[in-house]
Amino acid sequence: MGLSSVSVSRSPDPGGARLDGRPIVAGSGGGEVLYANQPLSFWGGYDAVSGRITDTHHPLAGETAAGKALVLPATRGSSTTTAVLLEAIRRETAPAALITRGVDAFLALACVVGQEMYERSPVLVAVGETAFRELADWPALVVHEGTLTRVDR
Amino acid sequence: MTGSAVRLSPYDRALLAGEEGEARRLAMRILTRMAEVRDAGSMLDIEAAHIDSTIYVGDAGLEFAERLAGLGARVRVPSTLNVSGLDEFHWREWSVPPEWAEKSARQMRAYASMGTIPTWTCAPYQGRHTPQFGQQIAWGESNAVAFANSVIGARTERYPDLLDICCAITGRAPAAGLHLDENRLATRVLRLRGIPEELAAADDFYPVLGHLLGPFAGDDPVAIAGLPVIPEEDQLKALGAAAASSGAVALFHIPGVTPEAPTLRDALGGCEPVETRDVGLEEMRAARQELTTRGEGELDMVVLGSPHFSFAEFGKLAALLGDRGAGRDLPAAGGCEFVVTTSRAVRDLAERAGLLAPLHAFGGRLMVDTCVLATPMAPGTTRRLMTNSAKYAWYSPGLLGSAVAFGSLAECVESARQGRVVREPGPWD
Repeated sequence: MGLSSVSVSRSPDPGGARLDGRPIVAGSGGGEVLYANQPLSFWGGYDAVSGRITDTHHPLAGETAAGKALVLPATRGSSTTTAVLLEAIRRETAPAALITRGVDAFLALACVVGQEMYERSPVLVAVGETAFRELADWPALVVHEGTLTRVDR
Repeated sequence: MTGSAVRLSPYDRALLAGEEGEARRLAMRILTRMAEVRDAGSMLDIEAAHIDSTIYVGDAGLEFAERLAGLGARVRVPSTLNVSGLDEFHWREWSVPPEWAEKSARQMRAYASMGTIPTWTCAPYQGRHTPQFGQQIAWGESNAVAFANSVIGARTERYPDLLDICCAITGRAPAAGLHLDENRLATRVLRLRGIPEELAAADDFYPVLGHLLGPFAGDDPVAIAGLPVIPEEDQLKALGAAAASSGAVALFHIPGVTPEAPTLRDALGGCEPVETRDVGLEEMRAARQELTTRGEGELDMVVLGSPHFSFAEFGKLAALLGDRGAGRDLPAAGGCEFVVTTSRAVRDLAERAGLLAPLHAFGGRLMVDTCVLATPMAPGTTRRLMTNSAKYAWYSPGLLGSAVAFGSLAECVESARQGRVVREPGPWD
């Protein structure tokens, strides 16, 4: 998978903890963490008008992901996922950061085309299994390049 | 970007330099970045493409299509088109907002202008443009990818919208994933145990099996062992479509059935699977239950044809319909809509073979070029659906906000006749 090694630095105060991943689409961004250990199809699962997750099968159904840090293992199913995320990028209803377990080419493509078409994109980082599990407890995070920093509010 | 450098051919570099025009330059720039993301060492030639980007889901997809068309994009390989956002010639008979229709039609025109083949179908493998074993192709549309890889043995990644057209207009694809033999071996085995032959022969067994397969396999190639019958083509189509909805399955092997798996050992390449899961009748019944969110009561619409109905399926349907339309409450009188989605080509064949007369007599309607999930053609009042398609059953609660009942083709017909969900005794009992 070609992921960079994962280092988890711990301190008594969990705020400021860091995780390293592989920056797929570089940049900075972050926000409240929306975490689910279940893949999501953006087609039929993400409303590009409101930025809400609408897949009734998914644990994050009903949550607004626009401007947040969406942490998912991967996308699932439909090949139209990319068009939906691109539409969200156009409407500025996309998540600010997307973190996946391993590289998700569908999200990467939408971000790459978002840069070509609209000169903006969520920051996209692929992390390994350990880091992915760690993120379940993070309330919020900021991303800079491939480094994720925990933010406690 | 930390991906390794991609070895580009002189042709690839010429495209990046703009020697073949701005459209191919843009497409190759996107492809090169995606090759880096995928850690592909190089690009390879493709012989055909299937373009899923045709579905209008918002202005971004339309703007991308019109940008490419405006730059003079032409496809380099034979490229079929997936469903669009509306039935090009009949949408006025349905409840399509004119603004949606206009934008959807613009997106259709943009892709049609690139020298593509206007098939407008999600089942391009059941027509004249079927790929062949071993061919390198770039296909979008998750069910079509599963069929092309698994049932035909062609080689394609799951191409998402926007990338499929980049492959088509350059004739190139990142050499990665399922294009490469070493990534095509099954790593998981779903082993059927004690499934009665009668059930395994039933059409509604396969969508359920696919529904169960999706979450187990994720996006890993998977083998299905222990199937007591040889499935028909449309059954394999239903299996793949379901598995590509509940999961990201792009390749399944069935020993003795699919071309890369003469035996289970071949499917696994002689290696041990990372996981084997036994599935019996109870698990299958539970999976079937999951496809229904509302299992009784009145219906607004029965919808068939995801993936698009084949000629053989029209034959089955015509036999089931017979003259059962007599006395049915027609939709105009408040009865249940009965809709079949298919391609123009299959509709024409079915028409010529006389297979559509029973459907018309039943008060049924055809929708071509599109899919009830991809278009607002079905009225917003359609809240209670029934279908024999696991893909429709999976997506309609999220996309249409409807409750759904999954059933066999025979149950769908009888339910449409009575205007409420009807169950028939059968091999599931």
